[in-house]
Amino acid sequence: MHNEALIPYLLLLGDSALVQGQRLCEWCGHAPAIEEELALMNVGLDLVGQARNWLEYAAELLDDGRDADALAFRRDERAYRNLLLVEQPNGDFAVTMTKQFLYDAWHYAVLRGLAGSSDERIAGIAAKALKEVTYHLRRSSEWVQRLGGGTEESRQRMLAAIPALWRFTVELTTASDNEVQLAEAGIAADPSTVAAAWLKQVSDSFASVELPLPKAASHFYLDSRKGLHTEHLGLLLAEMQFLPRAYPDATW
Amino acid sequence: MYAQLVETGVKRVKSLEEMSPEERNFQEKIDAEIKIEAKNWMPEAYRQTLIRQISQHAHSEIVGMLPEGNWVTRAPSLKRKLQLMAKIQDEAGHGLYLYSAMETLGADRDEEIAKLHSGKAKYSSIFNYPTLSWADMGAVGWLVDGAAIVNQVVLQRTSYGPYSRAMIRICKEESFHQRQGYEILLTMMRHGTQAQRDMVQDAINRLWWPSLMMFGPSDEHSPNSAQSMAWKIKRQTNDELRQRFIDQTVPQLELLGCTAPDPELKWNAERGHYDFGEIQWDEFYEVIKGNGPCNQERVATRRQAIEDGAWVREAAVAYARKQQNKNAA
Repeated sequence: MHNEALIPYLLLLGDSALVQGQRLCEWCGHAPAIEEELALMNVGLDLVGQARNWLEYAAELLDDGRDADALAFRRDERAYRNLLLVEQPNGDFAVTMTKQFLYDAWHYAVLRGLAGSSDERIAGIAAKALKEVTYHLRRSSEWVQRLGGGTEESRQRMLAAIPALWRFTVELTTASDNEVQLAEAGIAADPSTVAAAWLKQVSDSFASVELPLPKAASHFYLDSRKGLHTEHLGLLLAEMQFLPRAYPDATW
Repeated sequence: MYAQLVETGVKRVKSLEEMSPEERNFQEKIDAEIKIEAKNWMPEAYRQTLIRQISQHAHSEIVGMLPEGNWVTRAPSLKRKLQLMAKIQDEAGHGLYLYSAMETLGADRDEEIAKLHSGKAKYSSIFNYPTLSWADMGAVGWLVDGAAIVNQVVLQRTSYGPYSRAMIRICKEESFHQRQGYEILLTMMRHGTQAQRDMVQDAINRLWWPSLMMFGPSDEHSPNSAQSMAWKIKRQTNDELRQRFIDQTVPQLELLGCTAPDPELKWNAERGHYDFGEIQWDEFYEVIKGNGPCNQERVATRRQAIEDGAWVREAAVAYARKQQNKNAA
């Protein structure tokens, strides 16, 4: 019973980090400055590393012969549990940084909760990840300020990026019954604490450069916790999973 | 080695007697293996040659991310993905500190990058070849980084202090990349399927000759070498470095169980070196001129990235200025 609840939660953490890391890989060679090439790849590297830790743990609990690579590269989109937010296309740098910021603010709050998890394995992974994500959040919130408070063009782009992504934030402030139970058992981060911390971080950063805060996103048809994704995830996975799918017997 | 055919603008190397007192003092320091630092006097041609060489090297690091970017979204396992991302990150870092070394000579990074985008400045010919399979990620690490190291190990002793120090740092990371590249290939050869082994051989077939071309034209067709050697910007000739690379690479090739696409490659006991076939220099010069398989795409991608990012950089500058004004008020 415990594992049945825990596995989807580990997949939420691992898949979100992996998909966000994959999107950052797409920036390679296209960033607006060389410093950003370095930073985008650095953040992506942290996230894929974290994804590996979560997926390894999930694979152990699943105990069905699959390892972290099998979970990453052989699962179909309906079995992926990443947040809808992170699978969205990169768009321009304003969309990319807004997406990163909205995710980082959630990720940071979740990891802070998880660092005190009663599950030692989770607490250990989270404590290490928290150091990395503290930097991710600082960086992305600084970019929100630079772009929101920079030039007229950068501000217009932020004003377009925020509403385009906002509808997906409903998943950052709500939790499944499963997660509520895990939180009550002291294993998962407390959803209401996460939601409040996320909202405070986002509203503070937006307010600092007078970016309007949209009203809370409402639930809609798609739900990553049920494996109902946007159309973008399938294509992302088709690319990422190509080699292990095309050469099932290969060793890399 | 990411610099090829670097112009010195000098027709003939001067003797000490022909030099001005400043020039003589400079050359004597070089002859005594004393490093030249940014604030020291240096001949203008030395400064300009170094700017060309270091910027070519920096451009190569940045353009060199593109053939890897082609596969980083398709790396076949989490471990391989992490390795490749780390390598790409290192390359961006190398580019940054090479541009910094170049700026100590009074050059401007944005201006030099603009020369790359207009086709005026060069980068290593190797990055104009496509990466067509995952095995290319191994072969690039092994052969391309391997060839780069052979040159850069020597450049750790180059006469210009900031460049020499950059090389020392870069060499450590490059040799790590090379071992990783080789390990990718070894895994595919030893533990992989026939399809994977075919991929490895195919990658070597395509990248072998272009890797040898990385060392630049043979000595008799390398008009700038004499001056660069006298300045100790270059410390060994193209042919010497190429031979060293071949000598150290062939045993590794054999260990892989692969072959080189060169029927004339064989050990010469008398010379104590491997003999090898004639390099297709026509191809080399065509690629250098911009007619390689990917020249247009590589330069267009870099130009596009910087153009598309203009508004981001402008926003960062504008925001920083506003903050400064706020703090001053």
